[in-house]
Amino acid sequence: MVLFAIFCPIVAAALIMFGAPARKTALAASMLTFAAALFLFASFEYGQADFQHITSFPISPEWRLSFTTGIDGLSVVMVLLAAIVTLAAILFAGAVERYENAFYACLLFISGGAIGAFASIDLFFFYAFHELALIPTFLLIGIWGSGNRVAAAWKITIYLAIGSFILLLGLILLYQSFPLGSRSFDIRVLRTAASMGQITADAQRHVYLLLLVGFGILISLFPFHTWAPEAYAAAPAPAAMLHAGVLKKFGLYGILRLAIPMLPAGAHYWASLLVVLLLGNIIYVGLVTIAQKRLDWMLGYSSVMHMGYIFLGIASFAVLGVTGAVVLIFAHGLSIALLFGVAGELRKRTGTLAFDELGGFARVMPFAGLAFGFGVFAAVGLPGFANFAGEIMIFFGAFGDGWEMGRFHIFQIATVLALWGVVISTVYMLRAYRNTFMGTLRDQWRKLPDLRPALRVPVTLLVVALLCCGFFPQSLVRLVTPMFRSYLSTEKSNVPNMQSGTHAAVRRPHVMSVNEENAPQRRDYSIR
Amino acid sequence: MIAAPLLEIAVLVLGMLILMIEAFAGKIDKRVLAFVAIIGLAIVLLGSFFVGRSPPLPHATSLWNFYTADRLAIFFKQFALVTTIFVLIMMIDYAPVLRNSFAGSTSQAGLGEFVALPLFTCAGLMYLVSAIDFVFIFVSLELVTVSFYVLISFTRRNPLTLEAGMKYLVLSALSTAFLVYGIAWIFGATGQTNLYRLTQALANPATNAGAALLGIVFVLVALGFKIAAVPFQIWVPDVYQGAPTPVTAYLSVGSKAAGFIVLIRVLQPFMNLPQTQRLIFVIALLTLIYGNLAALPQTNLKRLLAYSSIAHAGYLLIGVVCFDVRAVAFYLVAYLLMTLLSFAVLIIVAQRTGEEISDFDGLAKRSPFLAFAMLIGMVSLAGLPFTAGFLGKFYIFYAAVSQRQISLIVVGVITVGCGFYYYLKVIRAMYWPSRDASDSDAGRQSATRTEKIRVSALSGVAISALAFATIWLGVFPQPILNVLKR
Repeated sequence: MVLFAIFCPIVAAALIMFGAPARKTALAASMLTFAAALFLFASFEYGQADFQHITSFPISPEWRLSFTTGIDGLSVVMVLLAAIVTLAAILFAGAVERYENAFYACLLFISGGAIGAFASIDLFFFYAFHELALIPTFLLIGIWGSGNRVAAAWKITIYLAIGSFILLLGLILLYQSFPLGSRSFDIRVLRTAASMGQITADAQRHVYLLLLVGFGILISLFPFHTWAPEAYAAAPAPAAMLHAGVLKKFGLYGILRLAIPMLPAGAHYWASLLVVLLLGNIIYVGLVTIAQKRLDWMLGYSSVMHMGYIFLGIASFAVLGVTGAVVLIFAHGLSIALLFGVAGELRKRTGTLAFDELGGFARVMPFAGLAFGFGVFAAVGLPGFANFAGEIMIFFGAFGDGWEMGRFHIFQIATVLALWGVVISTVYMLRAYRNTFMGTLRDQWRKLPDLRPALRVPVTLLVVALLCCGFFPQSLVRLVTPMFRSYLSTEKSNVPNMQSGTHAAVRRPHVMSVNEENAPQRRDYSIR
Repeated sequence: MIAAPLLEIAVLVLGMLILMIEAFAGKIDKRVLAFVAIIGLAIVLLGSFFVGRSPPLPHATSLWNFYTADRLAIFFKQFALVTTIFVLIMMIDYAPVLRNSFAGSTSQAGLGEFVALPLFTCAGLMYLVSAIDFVFIFVSLELVTVSFYVLISFTRRNPLTLEAGMKYLVLSALSTAFLVYGIAWIFGATGQTNLYRLTQALANPATNAGAALLGIVFVLVALGFKIAAVPFQIWVPDVYQGAPTPVTAYLSVGSKAAGFIVLIRVLQPFMNLPQTQRLIFVIALLTLIYGNLAALPQTNLKRLLAYSSIAHAGYLLIGVVCFDVRAVAFYLVAYLLMTLLSFAVLIIVAQRTGEEISDFDGLAKRSPFLAFAMLIGMVSLAGLPFTAGFLGKFYIFYAAVSQRQISLIVVGVITVGCGFYYYLKVIRAMYWPSRDASDSDAGRQSATRTEKIRVSALSGVAISALAFATIWLGVFPQPILNVLKR
């Protein structure tokens, strides 16, 4: 079933290139993928930290390389996200002016590559599948883009190529930092070896830094973020949905998958750096977002900014924060896809997205206004949407489980500053909404048609998914906590009152300590 | 079991046979000769799988003193044979261009020699990868070079080709002089020309290592010329651009691969001296930087591929610095596939429009097949996963990381980024909508620019095979790695 979910889009893309009817094949493939993902989600056995639905084909016994796929709680969330956003993106795509076949083939390639990366247990294919998206992205922006498409296409491609090459070096170094006997490309084997402490703290620092930079470029971490807004502004809406919603999450997934179980010492060592960078994401990029004068650029910057919260959850390195990060990854993927989709429809109708020229659209396009409103409220983290659940877990986790660095509680300071990010994002999101859908309607826009009925399907799909996870975040939390608890609690197995059951994750997790001499001290706030 | 030297003898006999037929049977269709050559080489290739190994070196006698048939040698003999077969296939496509150079005579004048010469080059390459004695290296290198002199300036009516031939002749002669001089120094210092005994001689503290080192520096000059390493790369862009395209492909794959094998064999005795590694390190660094940066502004695809061949020499040299023979050999195989693929497409497209990158505009519409094949070639050259080029880079950088060659890695990352830019330029031309349809001379060109391109069955099969192998090797590298295992 996992293999089906990966190869259904890829095979469909190949079929389309050989002349199958583009739109129908793409729709069928994305629906099948969605069904497969739902099946995986439903048939997932809770409470297990290990991989399920494993299939494996040996490729190179000498390098212990094999094409192994399978899912655990984290991957199933990501695969579900990818499947939902793919379906929505294909539905939003509609008729394409030129080279319709190539357009859908590119979209499906990106989707298949993302799902493949999320479901690969093998380090090599984990990397390789992600790269499958590079050329389709280049073509999507270059052929069907708008605005400054040439520069944007080059920038994103070169940036991501270099980023993933740095990532490759990080992965090679990770592989080599294991002793000869336990080297393998299988993430499970590596994880077991790492939990036995086979990577020295020194090696962990180097690998973590390389991975942070490599993944950071892919995620648009603060100093490496400049490719993102430009590319998303230029990309056609479905490409932006897939890229911002799914592909960018690959980097976060990679950190969760590799860095957290294998490199705890590295993560602690670089935590202060990461906290500074993520504050750059939240505060600096947030302020830049407020200054944007075009809707597409603003959405691009906002997607960069929200990465900061997710990083905060990851940096806190404790079950609550990390779980919150996963929930927010899922929620943000859906909400940004919704926003880009609606914005793309607006651009199709008006040909511009400058705030000066928009306004009052709620009167002629009530459904678009409603959809965009849902997206805006989700993005600012209104309770009821999944984003709220994720953000609150991250904030609580970072505030409570962070540690001091030299009597300086960097995490609490960061959390307080990051909370201001919520204010910033409310400011720009609501302003965008006001400028676009409220106010006076220009005469030239009086005849604008609303979203056609077919487009209500993807909007409903995304909103329902957001609300479901907003009201029942446990459905995601249950999936991922057993796994994180198994990594993050290896050193605290002596703590007697480990909670089990579904609500444990939302309680305060226990002490996280690191077997290092200069391990950061954690102030204990619990009432004795 | 076949004795290894029989392979070269078979190829040489085949070459002479074709020359004879060319000379005495005037009336036949000369393209038949190409098919004869291809089939003959295919038989030799088949035979090469049943070749017996040479005895271990310390007990070597007579022939085996200068000729080895170890795993590496046999593998690269097969490599040379495969390259030559594909080059001959390209030459059949190239025949119409050749005709223009022999105006006035019959329509197929020159084709016979054009087909026979690669066979002699092939024999030279096969000797070269087996050579373990400096004298033998020199002789077989000359066999390769002399036949290239003729091949490069074959379309002699074209001034660019003549210029290329002249440049190659002069600079190649110069590098040969350096080679002989270097060999003389090494022989003077150690009294040996056999590489194995040289190792023993250098291990002896009584040997004058400084003099031998001077000798190896001269030898490196000559080999640097062969593999197009900076600062001996000046000839590459002009010669690659001017030479007939199949010859360019041959030069960039066959000649370079043999050069690297000789380099590895020659360096083996000297690798204990720290100066050697430092020297190669500097050359690798310069080659990487120069090749990639100079490729950025190119607009002519043939010239771009010339610079890219310098750039790939840089990556290969990283492997040499780390002395990972398997990584280098695998990279060469990947390089063979993707470079021949690009050249095969280039030959077909260039006959319709031209060799500039802008001549590829809208190729995706004119011939989706060729455009997709070129896409695979370029993507593999740039090094994206699921292609052979990626695994080649992966093994090279794996070796570099495990030896902590930090500066090479840093430069490597930057140059890989550059590589993405110039290879994707070709993809951009093929797939993106044309930059400006209403250009000045669009009226004249639009006819050829929109015309569909037909691909002959043979080259269609060859291109598909190369494209398929590029992807296959990118997913299943193990067969090649098994062959190369010690």
